[in-house]
Amino acid sequence: MDIIIIGVLLGGAYALMAMGLQLQYGVARIMNLASGEVLVAGSFAAFWFFTGANYSPIYSIFFVAPVAFGLNWLIYKIFMRPLVKRAKSEGQLEVDSILSTFGQSFILVGLMLAIFGGKYFNYSYLERPFDILGQAYELNRIVAFLFSITLCIVLYVWLNRTRVGLTLRAVSVNPEAAGLVGIDVPNAAALAFALGGAVTAAGGALLSMFLTFDASVGVIFTMKALVIVIMGGVRDIRGTILVAFILGLLETGVATLIDPGLTLASAYLLFILTLIVRPEGIFGKRSK
Amino acid sequence: MIEDKFLTRRELAGFIIAIVALAIAAMLPVLNTGYILSLGVTIAMYTVLSTSWALFSGPTHYISLATAAFFGLGMYVVGSGIEVLPFPILAIIATCAGAVLAFLIGVATLRLSGIYFVIFTLGLAEFIRQIVTWVQTTMGTSSGLYVLINIEEKTIYWRLLCLAAFVYLIGWGINRSRLGFALRIIGNDEEVAKHSGINVALVKVLLFMISGSIAALTGALLAPRWTYIEPTIAFSPMLSFLVVIMALVGGAQRLWGPILGVIPFALVWDLITAQFPNQTALMLGIAFLLVVYAIPNGIGGQGAKYWAKFKHWRDFRVT
Amino acid sequence: MSPNLALSVHNVTKNFGGLTAVDQITFDVMEHDVVGLIGPNGSGKTTMLNVISGMLRSSSGKIKLYGRNIARHSANRIARQGISRTFQLVRTLPTMTVAENIAAGGVFSYRRYWGKELNRRIRYMLSHVGLSDKAEMPVAALTYIDQKRVELARALMADPKVLLLDEWLAGLNPSEMKIGINLIRGLRYEGRTIIIVEHHMDAIRSLCDRCVVMNSGVKIAEGNPQAVLNEPEVIRAYLGEENA
Repeated sequence: MDIIIIGVLLGGAYALMAMGLQLQYGVARIMNLASGEVLVAGSFAAFWFFTGANYSPIYSIFFVAPVAFGLNWLIYKIFMRPLVKRAKSEGQLEVDSILSTFGQSFILVGLMLAIFGGKYFNYSYLERPFDILGQAYELNRIVAFLFSITLCIVLYVWLNRTRVGLTLRAVSVNPEAAGLVGIDVPNAAALAFALGGAVTAAGGALLSMFLTFDASVGVIFTMKALVIVIMGGVRDIRGTILVAFILGLLETGVATLIDPGLTLASAYLLFILTLIVRPEGIFGKRSK
Repeated sequence: MIEDKFLTRRELAGFIIAIVALAIAAMLPVLNTGYILSLGVTIAMYTVLSTSWALFSGPTHYISLATAAFFGLGMYVVGSGIEVLPFPILAIIATCAGAVLAFLIGVATLRLSGIYFVIFTLGLAEFIRQIVTWVQTTMGTSSGLYVLINIEEKTIYWRLLCLAAFVYLIGWGINRSRLGFALRIIGNDEEVAKHSGINVALVKVLLFMISGSIAALTGALLAPRWTYIEPTIAFSPMLSFLVVIMALVGGAQRLWGPILGVIPFALVWDLITAQFPNQTALMLGIAFLLVVYAIPNGIGGQGAKYWAKFKHWRDFRVT
Repeated sequence: MSPNLALSVHNVTKNFGGLTAVDQITFDVMEHDVVGLIGPNGSGKTTMLNVISGMLRSSSGKIKLYGRNIARHSANRIARQGISRTFQLVRTLPTMTVAENIAAGGVFSYRRYWGKELNRRIRYMLSHVGLSDKAEMPVAALTYIDQKRVELARALMADPKVLLLDEWLAGLNPSEMKIGINLIRGLRYEGRTIIIVEHHMDAIRSLCDRCVVMNSGVKIAEGNPQAVLNEPEVIRAYLGEENA
């Protein structure tokens, strides 16, 4: 029971982080390997707000998300757009964007190391027990979970119910056709990329409430987000959210029952099984 | 036409240059056995790893980040067997283990699009590292292994040079064989390759096995350099990234490309890790961006372009 | 001398999700025959060709090449059994020379040349399609018709038992069209077995021994081109109901 609740609570934050990557890969077609670093940057920002100005991490999201949005917009315009323009094939764009976002991720790690050093960080916020079904859980986990889920729902509804959301979904299905019906594809892609970055950074701020982090931990989150997105099926938000919870449960289960050192290994095992059994993801459509 | 002579004049010249360079490089331990030799070992190691990486990734455009997994595997084979078996046999076992691991990875991912391969290999070393650590701690022994065998650094260096020569020979052989021709076709258009009778998945897996077994052998050869090996050393993810960036800086499209990246990069890297140990990530990041935006074909590609321009200019001037 | 059955397609179906692009198609191709596969846009002819060449896997049905089943085999195995093809949108290997592009067809396929023999074959094929003076040019520098020639030569390098041409004449201007038709007619006199997917009716009339007409994935007619093209159902498929 313990495992299930903690797993679900963790899954909420994972869902948010994977949604960010999903927007970037699904719509803007950029497999952003710097996603984990953006997340950690969000964590650092929340940490900074909390310890420096005694601001609640929840409030800091209202600052972190817009700034991340702006910065990611710039990253897209400066770094990614030229690659999209020069790419002769989808394969070339894939290779270029992987290398470029690798570069960005290392630069972010380098900058964070320079600013904050190589130490581990955490802070205590809402470290009060809260009872669910007779068991006590840390309040910060629950608050983070509720916020993540709210954001996910807002995002989902926004994508499915608004005109801009429709635009983004159109671009994700077929950028060329979307361009032909008068959608400004470059701007839609930039919007999706920036929004994805904002969501990821917000996820980082929420995760920082209960996880210990350091400047170079980002790659682990990138891995997890990638596994979730691929397993859930590219361009499939329901799948992303479902797999985020599965991963949260699995990791918590493995950590409590076997060894906390094996969490990434378990995520990986899940990934291998997916690749062998259903490479198009759980809900993904089989193409060709 | 397709070259059908055994050795062209160009290839002969290349061979002579390579042998002279190898002879000069082999003299290094005679001059110095301290810091410079240790730097030489590092450069020889990255030359082998980057060149064999490029054998697979150059023509297929699949970015493999699994080097550390193979390297660590080779090291661990030596580390865990050194008290039972002689070193040469362990080196052979390591090579085979690398090939088997590459085969498994290849079969699971190479039939899918390139992105799956990158993601899979990105975490592979970490995955193996976690498993190895867990196995070691639960089996009750310490977290590392002792490699108690007396092999001098210069011996390691010479062995690596031999391996490097071997890698170049393999690369040359592949380039002139049907396998190399198949790879070029695959790199251009996989669909055409399939319809020309090429078993694309098989070719990719085969190449990845060659590349992986060489990386594992390199790990095995280097194991005696450390007397005590730990998962964090053997499966360091940084190794994979360095191999990729060195090969790309040099140019992965040519057999002799990677070494052009390895030598300057290894020297600068050594300087930076000594002077500014916290800024290595930043440098790596800048190198990656440089490769994407400034020299997409690496130093080798850039050099070849200028050489062609120069030749054009020279011929134009004469006529 | 009774002609041999080269390729037999029996009850082949190909579904894409709920859509049936090829529905229970059956037809035979005799050795040395040139068969046209025609029909309006979206009738499933290119899908049919892709199923034969192994680019797509059929959902059901049998395809036999000289009696041996090749249905649902991978494209590379089918190529090795002796089926070569060209593509609807010309597909050359852009970083390679003309000679290398052509060589690609004859190294791993039904014929597997290498070394001196390979170069002899390349030289022969270059002159066969009229590209002898362009052997060492990068293929990307060629005109459209010349790229089509390269593609044809690549397919012929394997000396295939059955050659599949997917709208090989599409996109050519009238004078190029003449050259193209003559090239294919040459292949016909050589005795090649060919399946042509084509929109250009004059080409079909002048090149094909027989025609298979498809509409919405179904075979609606088969036989001599002249006769088939006058059948009411075929006219209806092409021009719509009121013209029949």
